[in-house]
Amino acid sequence: MISFRVDSRSVVPPYLQIVQQVRQALRMGVLDVGDQLPTVREVVSATAINPNTVLKAYRDLEREGLVEARAGHGTFVRRRPPGPPPGTHSRLARSLARWVREARDAGLDDETIEELLRVTLRAAEEEEIA
Amino acid sequence: MTLAIETSGLTKRYRKVTALNDCTITVPEGRISALIGPNGAGKTTLLRLLAGLSRPTAGQARVNGGTPRQDPAFLADIGYLGQEIPLYRRLSAQDHIRAGAHLNPRWDSALVRERLTGLKIPLDRAVGKLSGGQRAQVALALVLAKQPLLLLLDEPVAALDPLARRNFLGVLADAVAMGNLTVVLSSHLIADLERVCDHLIMVSSSRIQLCGDIEELLAEHRVLTGPSKDTAAIERSQRVVQVTRTPRQTTLLVRLKSPVIDPAFQVSDVSLEELALAYLGEEVPPAPAPTRLSTVGGDQ
Repeated sequence: MISFRVDSRSVVPPYLQIVQQVRQALRMGVLDVGDQLPTVREVVSATAINPNTVLKAYRDLEREGLVEARAGHGTFVRRRPPGPPPGTHSRLARSLARWVREARDAGLDDETIEELLRVTLRAAEEEEIA
Repeated sequence: MTLAIETSGLTKRYRKVTALNDCTITVPEGRISALIGPNGAGKTTLLRLLAGLSRPTAGQARVNGGTPRQDPAFLADIGYLGQEIPLYRRLSAQDHIRAGAHLNPRWDSALVRERLTGLKIPLDRAVGKLSGGQRAQVALALVLAKQPLLLLLDEPVAALDPLARRNFLGVLADAVAMGNLTVVLSSHLIADLERVCDHLIMVSSSRIQLCGDIEELLAEHRVLTGPSKDTAAIERSQRVVQVTRTPRQTTLLVRLKSPVIDPAFQVSDVSLEELALAYLGEEVPPAPAPTRLSTVGGDQ
């Protein structure tokens, strides 16, 4: 079972934070097919967010086909989101961490690193279009 | 959609003072509504009118389909917690639970015990010896044991520390998730309200400024930032709530009537706090609100 963190100061609306955390947990392999999501009551007791917010998030995930509500039992994972298998994410995260260390050792500050990442992403995007 | 609360032109005058003026609101069932406004704006007056604790000078209210009044049939469906927590300091939670069982037609003693035990609040200690947060939890658990359809809370968390507030609102959200409960709570703590509430009633100077679904209200407002120039065109096409001018820059908070097309202005979303400050900071002249938001019967 996973638990949710809801940050009221985030620009991302609370229901979307829950959707993103479920997708993320599925991609990282923290949640698997057949696993149960916390019930609405469990989520709202722990986070003090509005029950309709949780329902909306679960409905979104259901519409995406990722989870299914079984009446009287709860909400369960139906499938993982399309994308690379679990593990890919953490492998890439590890190699990115190595790259960040290398960049810092070379004297780049975080702002420059972020800018470099943005420029590279944009360049890759243009390459795909071309 | 069924309405838990529907008022029309609700007004309360005390001798020369008008505490609430021409209040027309609707709250659909199953919502947690935030009642916000400065001190003395009329929040307590509105809650007391809805609870049947005082009678309006003019206008009508329908609560759970009936007119608020001092009548057991009406009061059985209402939970009300005023600013002073109504507990007997020398009695324990257990004593209160037993008294409640005698006084209320529907009463779920097991549910109170379960909630309070879950929060590790001793049932046998005099409530006067509990912390402020624990006392608030006892009062909330007791009023929920009554199984009301509508719960009216007047600044229930003002005196609580952040953790106690979170726990209190968590229990409240859980009770709503169980079904058949609508809540209106007044508070100054917008950050808390933003998490737990999905409906808003904003009152200032005895008048309702806004009433509706929070997401819809936020979607209808924008902040426009641009050069300090003539804003007459914007004021013609949008309803301006608040204008802030500096020699170089003008910031407007507007309620959208049409898309903003002036390229000189940068358009951004509003937060609940910005919205509240804008409406409460300005004396906004009452305007006919769009039907789907606050006209009685418009939601049905």
